[in-house]
Amino acid sequence: MLTILFWVFSVLMLASAAAVVLFRNPVNSAMSLVLTFLALAALFVTLDAFFIGVIQVLVYAGAVMVLFLFIIMLLDLKAETRRRLNIAALAGGIAVLGGFVVLITHVVKSLPASADHFPTLARTGYSDAYDIGMTLFSDFNLPFQIIGVLLLVSTIGVVFLSRRSLR
Amino acid sequence: MPSLDLFLQPEIFLVWTSALKTLVILGVVLTMVAYSVWAERKVSAFIQDRIGPNRVGWAGLIQPIADGVKLLLKENFVPGGVNKFFFSIAPSLAMIPAILVLAVLPFGSSLFGVPMVIANLDIGVLWVFAVSSLGVYGIVLAGWSSNSKYPFLGGIRSSSQMISYELSLGLSVVPVFMITGTLNLGEIVQYQVDNGWMVFPAWFQSGGGLLEITTDNGSMFGLNLGQSLLWIPMMVSFVIFLIAMFAETNRVPFDLPEAEQELVGGYHTEYSSMRFALFFLGEYAAMIAGAGVIVTLFLGGWSLPFIPDGSQGWFWGLVNIGTFFAKVAAIIFFFLWVRWTLPRFRFDQLMKLGWYVFFEVALLNIFLTAGILAYLQS
Repeated sequence: MLTILFWVFSVLMLASAAAVVLFRNPVNSAMSLVLTFLALAALFVTLDAFFIGVIQVLVYAGAVMVLFLFIIMLLDLKAETRRRLNIAALAGGIAVLGGFVVLITHVVKSLPASADHFPTLARTGYSDAYDIGMTLFSDFNLPFQIIGVLLLVSTIGVVFLSRRSLR
Repeated sequence: MPSLDLFLQPEIFLVWTSALKTLVILGVVLTMVAYSVWAERKVSAFIQDRIGPNRVGWAGLIQPIADGVKLLLKENFVPGGVNKFFFSIAPSLAMIPAILVLAVLPFGSSLFGVPMVIANLDIGVLWVFAVSSLGVYGIVLAGWSSNSKYPFLGGIRSSSQMISYELSLGLSVVPVFMITGTLNLGEIVQYQVDNGWMVFPAWFQSGGGLLEITTDNGSMFGLNLGQSLLWIPMMVSFVIFLIAMFAETNRVPFDLPEAEQELVGGYHTEYSSMRFALFFLGEYAAMIAGAGVIVTLFLGGWSLPFIPDGSQGWFWGLVNIGTFFAKVAAIIFFFLWVRWTLPRFRFDQLMKLGWYVFFEVALLNIFLTAGILAYLQS
């Protein structure tokens, strides 16, 4: 069952990720990206990572992409016109892509096969939100606090700056 | 009886009880949607000193069915120049998230030992926020795909409004989690059963009360210092959450995306027949789901003081379910009452209120709660 779900959502995710690039209309691309995020969230859920899956939907599909769509509509972007095929650009693109694929196969091959080489989250039997919270606030407390303050300051900064320009 | 045993195997039992709960809840909520439209018309009529619908059935009670038949039979007109794909999926995108929210709401304690919640997720509240944040796509895409100025303005307004108010909506409930220590909606309700509702903390389990009356079964009624202190940030949370919910469900005084007087009908101007009806029903379904969330987080969910839960027999289980829906109906009445009482905000006022007032107050409220909790623990 889980394997079937994995294949369904991976195929959905990769297909919609390809659609983001292939569509000419920016709104179509944006909505395909939303679908990509939703399928990715579903993959997280099949791995029992409910918290990360739901945060994926909340932050990326629910907030970031709404802003993208907002900007696309506000700027009234029209469908991209089909350009003449640029041979040099195409060759460059294929070279970069090929290099990337070769690199990633080397990296994957050189990884140890067993899963215990990767640090996993210690499961305590509570919800995964609890586990992530405990890990973040005990082992990674300082970086977490710094990121939190940074984000808070930037949010307050935006509110403050927009308020000043109104005067 | 091998066939009965099959139904009682844990996995199969879970599947068919969940399916049954889903169907029943869907039926109940869709009926509530239809009748909140009727209630809207009756309440508005009462407030404006009119009679309201009274022709179809007794006191107009069959009016929703007549409306439904009318909308189904009307021509489903698609204007020229629209983006057909997004134009046809937008109404469903507006309706589905509202329904999905219902999956995690505990609408009762338990009935015959089956917990009365469809999906008991540990991250229930985050599910509510994640799914309801997807509701904006239906409105934005409807506005954009209609290829018409007024719907487009409605869609743009909707996206900026949702983003602004989601922030205060999310921040305002953080104190609730800090106090209860869980994101699971069922456990939040259980906390309120033991320690008093968030907005009405009049009973508690442990001692240390300022005023206390111990009943025979050991629970105490009265005031205790900790809960009275925490009542202050809880009321702030409740008020912000309630107001942000108005903005999130596009209700007056924040119904800018469809503001009839400025934008004709806003994002659904170009829609007709059942597609229009889906937007309409989606708005009411979102309102019911929102009311359910408010009831669960702040008003004690299915609980009433002195009323036992479903483990004491199926009768009390049914009473709990009835209590939940009665509370939801009361919140919906409040939504209707506000709609026909208050004028609409201007768009810049709406944005200012969200960013300059609610965001800061919700943030300060978190620090206040943390301070009180630290004081109580020391």
